[in-house]
Amino acid sequence: MKATTANCGEDLVVRVLGDVDHHTSVGLREEIDRQLAASAPRRLVLDLSGTEFMDSSGLGLILGRYRKAQEAGCELVLLRPTSAILRILHLAGVDGMLTIRQEKGGQV
Amino acid sequence: MKEISNTVRVRFPALSENESVARVITTGFLMHQGVTPAALADIKTVVSEAVTNAIVHGYRGRDGARCPVFLELTMYADRTLVVKVRDKGRGIEDIEKAMQPFFTTDREGERSGMGLPIMDAFTDQMKITSSPAGTRVVMKKRLP
Repeated sequence: MKATTANCGEDLVVRVLGDVDHHTSVGLREEIDRQLAASAPRRLVLDLSGTEFMDSSGLGLILGRYRKAQEAGCELVLLRPTSAILRILHLAGVDGMLTIRQEKGGQV
Repeated sequence: MKEISNTVRVRFPALSENESVARVITTGFLMHQGVTPAALADIKTVVSEAVTNAIVHGYRGRDGARCPVFLELTMYADRTLVVKVRDKGRGIEDIEKAMQPFFTTDREGERSGMGLPIMDAFTDQMKITSSPAGTRVVMKKRLP
């Protein structure tokens, strides 16, 4: 798993690459929270287009960042999640409460 | 379902980096079976969930390097896949409770509590047997 972060205007964009499981989610969570605290963005964008695998540990990470973003007064956006990720979000019944965007070209 | 096409059994230490190892083994096992990408994604997910449960919950507080996790994959001629994951950990106190969506004993670790419900939803049949001597999960899925 690898994550790249970038500040795009008022957005903090985190591109999550590879697998998000219990092993990788801890480091990813710490990195996102550190960036979130440092940049105080209007929106936290998790770009999941390059995420090859995610299980319930990744779901826990997303729900945890949803809460963190709310506490920080910003919006969490999931950008281009794969069909497998959408399936897990739907099964958990949280797809309706999350902002999910499928736009290409880095636009949110 | 009686005739076995192929089977693999592996044993590895309960280290979190082995969650991806279990998925790689699963992918390698299924790659010659003509499995659809969607079915492969489902199977990798349930294997990952079961192995993670063994590591995180079964052996909580123990040195994972000394704790074995057993993974067995068996493909039958009728394209039924059986996945077995076993540990020798502390066991699940209340399986019915653990099956409830969002139930977790590990809030601080940001566990979602959706592992077992996902395993149940992504397979045709799931059976869990557990005692203070360990847990055994058997999942069956008929592949397209």
